[in-house]
Amino acid sequence: MGRARLLRKIASNIESNLCILGASGIEDKLQQGVPEAIESLRTAGIKVWVLTGDKQETAISIGYSSKLLTSKMTQVIVNSNSKESCRKSLEDAIIMSKKLTTMSGTTNETGRTLGSGSTPVALIIDGTSLVYILDSELEERLFELACNCSVVLCCRVAPLQKAGIVSLVKKRTSDMTLAIGDGANDVSMIQMADVGVGISGQEGRQAVMASDFAMGQFRFLVPLLFVHGHWNYQRMGYMILYNFYRNAVFVLVLFWYVLFTCFTLTTAINEWSSVLYSVIYTSVPTIVVGILDKDLSRLTLLKHPQLYGAGHRDECYNKTLFWITMLDTLYQSVVVFFIPLLAYWGSTIDASSIGDLWTLAVVILVNLQLAMDVIQWNWITHAAIWGSIIATFICVIIIDAIPSLVGYWAIFEIAKTRLFWCCLLAIIVTALIPRFVVKVLYQFYAPCDVQIAREAEKFWAQNQSAAGEVEMSPILDHPRR
Amino acid sequence: MGVIFIPVGLVTLRASHCVIIHSMVVEIVDRYDIDCVPEPSRMDKVSYIQDDSIPKNCSRFMKVHKYMKAPIYIYYQLDNYYQNHRRYVKSRSDKQLLDGQKYHDTSSCQPVESNNNRPIVPCGLIAWSLFNDTFKFIREGAELIVNRKNIAWKSDRGHKFGKNIYPFNFQNGTLIGGGKLNPEIPLSDQEDLIVWMRTSALPSFRKLYGRIEEDLDVDDVVVVNLMNNYNTYSFGGKKKLVLSTSSWLGGKNDFLGHACVFVGCSSLSLAIIFMLLHVKYRRPYGDMSYLPWNRKSFSG
Repeated sequence: MGRARLLRKIASNIESNLCILGASGIEDKLQQGVPEAIESLRTAGIKVWVLTGDKQETAISIGYSSKLLTSKMTQVIVNSNSKESCRKSLEDAIIMSKKLTTMSGTTNETGRTLGSGSTPVALIIDGTSLVYILDSELEERLFELACNCSVVLCCRVAPLQKAGIVSLVKKRTSDMTLAIGDGANDVSMIQMADVGVGISGQEGRQAVMASDFAMGQFRFLVPLLFVHGHWNYQRMGYMILYNFYRNAVFVLVLFWYVLFTCFTLTTAINEWSSVLYSVIYTSVPTIVVGILDKDLSRLTLLKHPQLYGAGHRDECYNKTLFWITMLDTLYQSVVVFFIPLLAYWGSTIDASSIGDLWTLAVVILVNLQLAMDVIQWNWITHAAIWGSIIATFICVIIIDAIPSLVGYWAIFEIAKTRLFWCCLLAIIVTALIPRFVVKVLYQFYAPCDVQIAREAEKFWAQNQSAAGEVEMSPILDHPRR
Repeated sequence: MGVIFIPVGLVTLRASHCVIIHSMVVEIVDRYDIDCVPEPSRMDKVSYIQDDSIPKNCSRFMKVHKYMKAPIYIYYQLDNYYQNHRRYVKSRSDKQLLDGQKYHDTSSCQPVESNNNRPIVPCGLIAWSLFNDTFKFIREGAELIVNRKNIAWKSDRGHKFGKNIYPFNFQNGTLIGGGKLNPEIPLSDQEDLIVWMRTSALPSFRKLYGRIEEDLDVDDVVVVNLMNNYNTYSFGGKKKLVLSTSSWLGGKNDFLGHACVFVGCSSLSLAIIFMLLHVKYRRPYGDMSYLPWNRKSFSG
């Protein structure tokens, strides 16, 4: 419209013959630690995009001061004001970025170039172009271009466009998106992302109220992701597998017994123990390990952001791991069930006694397996695991001391025999050996980064004197994966 | 590396233990259910067992192959008998065993709850199917004394079966399931019943019949005069008589011994393999240069 032109005409009429008295500049200071934080995030393989409402020049200079943009990067700028010119700019930009990155970069399995190498590309795009791109067929091209670039900087972005960019990424990949902002104009973006982080501070608490996590400063994002995020991922992945295993072992023992009761549903383990299994016998160690276990120390995780890649590569929970766990569960249930079955075949044993043997065998086995997998021991973990085993013995004794139940005194009769304890030992050793062997082989001969870092931590813990409170040290030019 | 040797140590220890134990038990097993059926009835064993007019005595010979030290335990073993069948296991009333006819809520004992409108004590299928073969043992013309006391668990005798409760209206129906009980002996002294009512966990089981308190020497021949009363022919079950020197559950069972040896051997071989691997392909412990982003030979 002619409005802008008319405004410019009036402005030039008024603002003439002015005498400049001086100029003042305002520096919008970056928070403390932001450049290092962004550097760490990028070293970890996290793509960092900046969406700001500022002008392009401001945004670019902020990019330089926060180490988002470096002088080595090639900048691809898209500033268009019509759909056709947008399309053309995007196409040109894609061709140029491909040329720059395939010259010196690497490609990962999905065919997307990661922009590593000596000429990374930065995309700078403004809000007026985004108007034509978002919610149209050009989104696909923008996404392709953005994936080729290592940094994306969007300026003059309106709040709803911020959300639009987040959803552009969310829709097209299964990667997780995190949005962090501090003002009311960031609310829609925070809510659209998978994880929304609000910074409480100068601009009020709007962002905080809409977010999943709130923090005081931007640099706290780094420990949130690298330390707590990493620990939680590892714990969660392990806990899911362990819980499947724990319940499946128990149920499979009951299943195998059915084959030997003429296919009627007699329970191998008495009902009280079945109920208490999930409540007393095995629940506390699960909870304690799921809350407290830490695979690496805070310092190591902050020092080596690349360790965060374990989460990207699904190292703690994936299909292979799941099916192997299930196979191991099946094997262990077979061992737990068939060793007593064959040892007591044709003997005088009654259902309650062998049920007690199975109960104790499963509980001890499940807890010992957890003990084998726990990474960081502290007194609570010890108390939980060994305490649960002792509590199981006590509960079994109490249940067998109630005269009105069928299994009255069964545990005392059977515990007097050597065969009972032999069987228990046999079950535990036989069931745990394959898992133990596989773990040892894997850890010695094909260790993952986390494993190496753990060994380094332990091995060098004695050699290192107090390193001081170095939270984040700048990472030098390491070739990224 | 030391951690690997722990399970190995445990296992070999166990193996040696098991081998020692399992060589101490001496057992004689004799299956008698087929051979005790007289020739003419071999075609239809079920009608033989159900016919009261045919005499059920039978003589068997058991030869002692190794010196057996007293006490020698006499067991009867039943195979293919599912005492762990769900309906069977539930068919009892523990309250009635303690309180007798005063206790009325015996619906769990169906269909063996009452007969001719009078309650049955003890009710239920388990009691109804009481094993009733009897055995007498003769060696060199003299009868061996069989101690039939204290064969049931003390806890059962003391707390699960009433001391003043007597069998009532027991095994009076048209369908006979097993043995009869002497109505003058209280339930807490009916040791055969108590042993039988501790239902076994597996389809193949043995139950204690009594004890012989004398030693048996090698090459002794024990003549067993038994009454083949119990019907296992309707469902293809087997009956065996066992004389054994062990009292602990399990008796002579080769399985655990073999399993121990197998696991012990495989653990030992694993330990040796690990030791060799450790010596040959040693990876320095905690060496940071193995991290993928530090490896110089790392190529995208």
